[in-house]
Amino acid sequence: MSLLYTKQLTRAYGGVIAVSDVDFSVEKNSISGLIGPNGAGKTTLFNNVTGMDIPTSGSVHFNDKDITGVPAFKISRLGIARTFQNIRLFKEMSVLENVMIGRHFKSGRSMISGRTVNALTSYMKMKSEEKDVYDKAREWLDFFGLDEARNEAAKNLPYGNQRELEIARAMATEPELLFLDEPAAGMNPQETDHLMSTIRRIRDLGVTVLLIEHDMKLVMNICEHITVLNYGKKIAEGNPSEIQKNPLVIEAYLGKED
Amino acid sequence: MINFLLLILIYTGLYALLALGQNIITGFTGLLSLCAAGFFAIGSYTTAILTVNYGWSFWFTIPLAGVLAALAGALIGLPTLRLKGDYLAIATLGFGEIIRNVILNWDSLTRGPMGINGIPMPTIFGMVINPYRKWGYLTLVWIFVIVFYFLLKRLTRSRMGRALEAIKEDEIAAYSMGINTTKYKVWAFMVGAFVAGCAGSLQAGFTLSVTPNTYTFMVSVMVLCMVVLGGMGNHLAVILGALIIQLAAEFPRLLGLSSTVPPQFKQIVFGLILVIMMIYRPQGIVGRKKVNYDKFVGNETRRVAKKSEVN
Amino acid sequence: MGSISEVFQHLLNGLTLGGIYALIALGYTMVYGILKFINFAHGEILMVGAYVGMFAFDFLRGDMPYGPLMLVVFFIAMIIAMIISAVLGMAIEKIAYKPLRKATRLAPLLSAIGVSFILSNLAAYIWGTKSRKFDYPFDNTAYNIGGVAITPHQILILVVSMILMIGLKLYIDKTRMGKAMRATSLDQDVAALMGIDVNKVISLTFAIGSGLAATAGILVALDFKVYPTMGAMAGLKAFVAAVVGGIGNITGAMVGGILLGLLETFGVAVLGIPQGLKDTIAFGILIIILLVKPEGLLGKAEREKV
Ligand SMILES: Nc1ncnc2c1ncn2[C@@H]1O[C@H](COP(=O)(O)OP(=O)(O)OP(=O)(O)O)[C@@H](O)[C@H]1O
Ligand SMILES: [Mg+2]
Repeated sequence: MSLLYTKQLTRAYGGVIAVSDVDFSVEKNSISGLIGPNGAGKTTLFNNVTGMDIPTSGSVHFNDKDITGVPAFKISRLGIARTFQNIRLFKEMSVLENVMIGRHFKSGRSMISGRTVNALTSYMKMKSEEKDVYDKAREWLDFFGLDEARNEAAKNLPYGNQRELEIARAMATEPELLFLDEPAAGMNPQETDHLMSTIRRIRDLGVTVLLIEHDMKLVMNICEHITVLNYGKKIAEGNPSEIQKNPLVIEAYLGKED
Repeated sequence: MINFLLLILIYTGLYALLALGQNIITGFTGLLSLCAAGFFAIGSYTTAILTVNYGWSFWFTIPLAGVLAALAGALIGLPTLRLKGDYLAIATLGFGEIIRNVILNWDSLTRGPMGINGIPMPTIFGMVINPYRKWGYLTLVWIFVIVFYFLLKRLTRSRMGRALEAIKEDEIAAYSMGINTTKYKVWAFMVGAFVAGCAGSLQAGFTLSVTPNTYTFMVSVMVLCMVVLGGMGNHLAVILGALIIQLAAEFPRLLGLSSTVPPQFKQIVFGLILVIMMIYRPQGIVGRKKVNYDKFVGNETRRVAKKSEVN
Repeated sequence: MGSISEVFQHLLNGLTLGGIYALIALGYTMVYGILKFINFAHGEILMVGAYVGMFAFDFLRGDMPYGPLMLVVFFIAMIIAMIISAVLGMAIEKIAYKPLRKATRLAPLLSAIGVSFILSNLAAYIWGTKSRKFDYPFDNTAYNIGGVAITPHQILILVVSMILMIGLKLYIDKTRMGKAMRATSLDQDVAALMGIDVNKVISLTFAIGSGLAATAGILVALDFKVYPTMGAMAGLKAFVAAVVGGIGNITGAMVGGILLGLLETFGVAVLGIPQGLKDTIAFGILIIILLVKPEGLLGKAEREKV
């Protein structure tokens, strides 16, 4: 049973069909890859699955529930977290606060006015709520080895750490499924190695990982299942060795690269 | 002289309230609202109309003024939420103008351009707080400032404040983190407007009359200046901003120079403050307040979590 | 609602009002197209342009009688005003906006509000708050054409705004510099990579927008006099026009301006909206448009890429 699947997912921007009729699935507890040349529609697929964008047609199913068109903030509550291709940290806020925001919907009751009253009346309650958020956030910072830097402004972290902080923030929402959009982009080889081990450790926590990546070494190394997009269409899927041998993929992608 | 100083301090208090409200909207949430004057006007007119026409007690009109302004805040917040910074600025500006236009033209309720006179002086336990004698009113206004300061501080020193700041920093990322950005933005507008409405009510009780030309765009810009100057997202800083701007605005009169310094002086100073601050110190004099969470939750000795427990 | 001639009368009044809105709206839209921010000081540039035009005109014409020569003098004054406003616009951009290009979106907006405050109050300080008359360069007695009264001033507005708009459209569509402007508004970084001098394009954008604003200022002033705050409301409404048409879209600004002019005129004349609430029409339209079609009539929906 797939954790997530799409049915004939299509997203057109005017004349440009960024994602075209894609049937795509992610198996529970796997590390999967989504690859394809620039402009193939990978990010668009992510956006349409995570509620950042609304598909033109087709549907998205998560845990067998139709989540097509559900807004992003609800999707993250359902258990899908993501990072962005161009890092989107809360730059001026501290590393710790960034991760604390990941805990947002995990803390407190849901009624905003109830919470307002709460924040205004019960100092002790607010403080204990804050303490929970804080403790959990620091656990995640430990996990990513970022705890030392917790009081730095996020924008002051080295690039590689910023990418990992973004993952830490996403993990703080305790997702079932984690989407990473080009997590290794701009990283040096050591940082990439570190990232690979981090991703494996995340999977070992029981989290399913789906990543977009141009770094073939990383993809072939850690992904168990790979889907290839080209011009918005799915052109291949399979395990790394199958993908590497697939002539369509070589033509569309690897051939061009090498 | 002392009387004049007291007057300045009373106005500083009223503006500090406006700045505290604006700070929630602009300083924390990053929404450029330009209708502080509109919310202020709604507050003032609520009090003026209810006390003069319906004989309400001044004290009961204050919360109602806040609530009505908050409703207006929701009204402007809801349709404009999807708008990006600049559009929002214009829409709120337009909204502020609409409020003023309605006040100007709704003669039967607001008496149009003439305004409403004869608001009774507020009394407490049978004692009249006579605005002409200043001290009493000064205390009243600053009690409000202090109370709102603590309330707002509490409100923003929680996950709610963090959510607002996240929206300011990166709305898309905040959205993807499970924050219902729409809800929080409307909420920010409502809270900010509520405070401004209460300030308007206090203002009416002080001047004892209200006229539409008190609530011009100029007021909104002044309030914005206070927030920018003090430091966006810092409650104490914007109160300081209100004090500085008030002193700067009244400084010619304070020094007895009002005959030599042209009346445009203060507006030019506001303009300069905005431009210069944006170029050289966009975070304001004080800047954003960093919360020391290590200290706040009082938990430096916490045990290091085992990785397996993370989930 | 009266006769056909009345309809034509409103149509004419709406069109002339709209022509002026369109001229101002162009400045907003061009700047927004390239820098993605609202130049709040645009209305004040219009005001400065009107003052300069008035001074130049009064100085040049002496006590000349009405006639073709006076019209020539008037156009010279207009050109002087355009040039000075253009320089002012470029200077403002260099001083108050350029340092903020990499800052948050809020920063240039606040800076622009500051500039607009400085300009209008400086004008009040230097030239006084009293409104001054900008004399017509011709005898403004209306002609009556089939029951429709048309003044020479209205003809002037229609002709000048037509010429300027068509000229601008041709410039942007046909010339190298126009292409550079369009490229810059699509993607600044890419434009820079292709060898376009982005700073020059931005300066030029401000110059053109400001020049058009000066013209609009003069055309308005002929009817409504010159005073320091004249730019505020005109600017705001023109901005609404730009949004209605689709901000960033040049044709949109023209369409939006004319539409707003017509709506205001007919709103007052036909729907009986009180004159005092006339300004409210524009803002009401703005809020409706933002709700229903935030990208405007001709604008393209633009989503932030994630
Ligand atoms: N918001 C949008 N509006 C219009 N077109 C878009 C939008 N987002 C993406 N596109 C287009 O859709 C196509 C796919 O873009 P997408 O960003 O999904 O590609 P990608 O596979 O993520 O590429 P890359 O590897 O460069 O990140 C491109 O042609 C792009 O120009
Ligand atoms: Mg991409």
